[in-house]
Amino acid sequence: MSGPLAEVAGLSVEFPTRRGVVRAVRDAGFALHAGECLAVVGESGSGKSVTARTLLGLAGPGARVRADTLSFEGRDLRALTPREWRRLRGRRIGYVLQDALTSLDPLRRVGDEVAEPLEVHGLATGDDLDDQVVALLAEAGVPDPETRFLQYPHELSGGLRQRALIASAIAARPSLLIADEPTTALDVTVQAQVLDLLDARRRDGTAVLLISHDLAVVARMADRVTIMYGGLVVEEGPAADLLSSPAHPYAADLLAAVPDLDGPVREPRAVRPAPASPSGCPYASRCGLADDRCRGELPPPVPYGPGRTVRCFHPGEDAPRPTARPAVPDVAPDVVPVRASTVASERAVVSVRGIAKRFRSPGGSWRRAVDGVSFELRAGEALGLVGESGSGKSTTARIVLAEIAPDAGEVLLDGEAWSGVRERERRPRRSRIQLVDQDPLSSFDPRFTVERVVGEGLPRGLTGARRRERVAALLGEVGLGPEILDRLPARLSGGQRQRVAIARALAPGPEVIVCDEPVSALDVTVQAQILALLARLRRESGVSLLFISHDVGVVRQVCDRVAVMKDGSLVEIGGVAAVLGAPRAPYTRALLAAVPRLHAGRRAAVPAPAMDLKGPT
Amino acid sequence: MPSLARRLLRRLALTLVAVWGAATLAFAGMRLVPGDPARVIAGGVQANATPEVLDAIRDQYGLREPVLVQYGVFAGRLLRGDLGGSYQLNQPVSGVILDQLGPTVALAAGAAALGFTLAVAVALVTAGRPHGRAVSRALEFGSISTPNFWIGVLLLAVFSFRLHWFPVIGDGGLRSLVLPSVALALPIAGVLAQVTREGLERALDQPFAVTARARGATENRIRLRHALRHAALPVLTLSGWALGELLAGAVVVETVFARQGLGHVVVAAVRGRDFPVVTGVVVLSALTFSLINIVLDLLYRLVDPRMRPEPA
Repeated sequence: MSGPLAEVAGLSVEFPTRRGVVRAVRDAGFALHAGECLAVVGESGSGKSVTARTLLGLAGPGARVRADTLSFEGRDLRALTPREWRRLRGRRIGYVLQDALTSLDPLRRVGDEVAEPLEVHGLATGDDLDDQVVALLAEAGVPDPETRFLQYPHELSGGLRQRALIASAIAARPSLLIADEPTTALDVTVQAQVLDLLDARRRDGTAVLLISHDLAVVARMADRVTIMYGGLVVEEGPAADLLSSPAHPYAADLLAAVPDLDGPVREPRAVRPAPASPSGCPYASRCGLADDRCRGELPPPVPYGPGRTVRCFHPGEDAPRPTARPAVPDVAPDVVPVRASTVASERAVVSVRGIAKRFRSPGGSWRRAVDGVSFELRAGEALGLVGESGSGKSTTARIVLAEIAPDAGEVLLDGEAWSGVRERERRPRRSRIQLVDQDPLSSFDPRFTVERVVGEGLPRGLTGARRRERVAALLGEVGLGPEILDRLPARLSGGQRQRVAIARALAPGPEVIVCDEPVSALDVTVQAQILALLARLRRESGVSLLFISHDVGVVRQVCDRVAVMKDGSLVEIGGVAAVLGAPRAPYTRALLAAVPRLHAGRRAAVPAPAMDLKGPT
Repeated sequence: MPSLARRLLRRLALTLVAVWGAATLAFAGMRLVPGDPARVIAGGVQANATPEVLDAIRDQYGLREPVLVQYGVFAGRLLRGDLGGSYQLNQPVSGVILDQLGPTVALAAGAAALGFTLAVAVALVTAGRPHGRAVSRALEFGSISTPNFWIGVLLLAVFSFRLHWFPVIGDGGLRSLVLPSVALALPIAGVLAQVTREGLERALDQPFAVTARARGATENRIRLRHALRHAALPVLTLSGWALGELLAGAVVVETVFARQGLGHVVVAAVRGRDFPVVTGVVVLSALTFSLINIVLDLLYRLVDPRMRPEPA
């Protein structure tokens, strides 16, 4: 084909709301050729999903879409009637959303869901339809497709659900596949398999538009990368070039924020969040290079090397951080090399001895969630607990928090019995161990102001102005100003909420904070800030962290030691450098091999199923 | 599925407990109301029965025995399925109920069919459409807050007296069933329409609805094949309440439209303190209610596969 398969230029999408018009996408554009993978990268609210959905005519209810060019397979999409849009959707363009548990209708059989595009477009009926669906499931790598066909989404694992969703998207053999965060909710080993599946489609000639916040995922399979910020395309170019030498400061910050498995351990740079400037460059408020011109005037897209454009007055100027990876980082307040300051002693704050816990599944059988796990959390140290979903890491955390009692084994806090005693004996000591979890919003009473949320952890005797002062001081420690004292949690950003959650955990002056996936729901740049905050707090207050995460890169940045869990057991425990640098357990090796890497490049990506046990690099 | 069978058995056992409890409450209630049952049996409070006649009645019905003994006799009969005889009608209670069951069931079934159909249709058409929703919400609130006897009177005034479309009174088949069914159905339809619409809108907001749209499915297909099943779950939950409302409303509507039926019988029995008939109707209601809830429980599992136990 001569021209591009899909071409978008001068796209703007606006949503009228009661508080005025929200400009979700401004002057965006890209071109995508058959057999090519274009990745659109950005944080939540950057307009990346809206841009992709515009190609399906599904930008959202009430969306006002304008474009200079919006074409697909040579047709002008701006002129399509609703009926013509429906003929395009599912037939010529397939769409894969994230989190297949909610993206597949939970009340319908998997087979019916996969069959829907074929049915809607009249491509197959009756037995032929069933045969095709089974073949599609098999093609998407679903084992035993005849059985899965009749099952419901909740009966499938996350990876299988995502495969079924992809099977449905490719059912009508579309020429373009849009994948919106297709692997976000998945474990790394499963993520690698799903990416391989998408890559196989691309090799067969299907164009893939990959929407992601994760640069490492993108590095694995994209030919070209478009980076969006504040509804604008800030940089665009060939993946290899852009990822090795980003020109836009946001692209550089984004790359620097990705927790990596290779290279030196850096403490993430603190970025001061600020509202986007209305007239100038939207990134000016967060940008280290911004000057008055950036704040007053929107930079136009300018060419930057072969096939690259960047929307910046200072392209590629920012030498200190991202590409060179300097030994001495620049002068942000949170920057101190992590490991140098670590003051872990040998005293165990929490001792976990041979704990086991089993749960009854709805079918009546027993499932072992945790089976004979022992470790010690020493004073002042950060211990990472990594594993995939179902490995028992969260159950372990709940036992350590004495939220549930172990069936066997015991937990000691400061050498005294913590599990297996009456709650009445535990309650006075509860303030010593605190929790920060993945979704702070759901752990706040939605009607409490920030002051009350944080104040919950303070002693009751403290009242009035002194209490408010203390809360304000705690908020200061986590980098928040006193102006948010009277706000409701729902009005805060994700990063601010997590800071409030940390302030609440700090309020009673604990010895241990259990962090259960504290940054999994955050954008990478925000994630980097929260990790920096946790590292600084640990340094300053000497609190011990039990840090639970599925993300090995994150654990590597924060922790001194790491424990790897699989199927309820510890497979390996030791210093971070030792375990991640020279893993001994085959499972640790497989886990590390599956982690997508920024600098591996697509061609070097692990091709076959990710569970083959080759060592990393 | 042994767990399902076990669950059903437990529900049935609970049904028996519920029926027994309802019967006991009815027994206690009738004893607490002032008045002499013997006089009622003799033909009402106004009837001038001689003391000899009243004594004879007391002997015959065992009214001299201590209350606990009377209760024992009553419970024993109930166990055998014997509801006793009506004080006023000189007829077994079961016969009275069976005679009058037909018209009430017809009315309730008609109203239920009408109410659910109306609610689902209105919700399907107006869900996610601001203008339709605004109009329909106003009408729903109107129908919820208007008592059904008033709706009945209005319907009669317009469609019977003025337009002469439907008969004013009488059991002359289907035509006479229309207005009472409408009067009984409207308040229920109002509530159900709101719940159904809310369920539909919640489902239409879910990622799977976006996925279905992205497959090229029409709006009708998304509503009927995807969202409606999701909306059915809260509607099922409310159905138990709605069917109870139908039974209660039938009493009023039958009176307004001067229809035959159980409601009519209950009103007459309560007024005349016809204790066995009241008890009979209470027991029947409790039984119906419990069985309906068991059926709803099973339907819930049918609609939502996540509620089904995993195959071992």
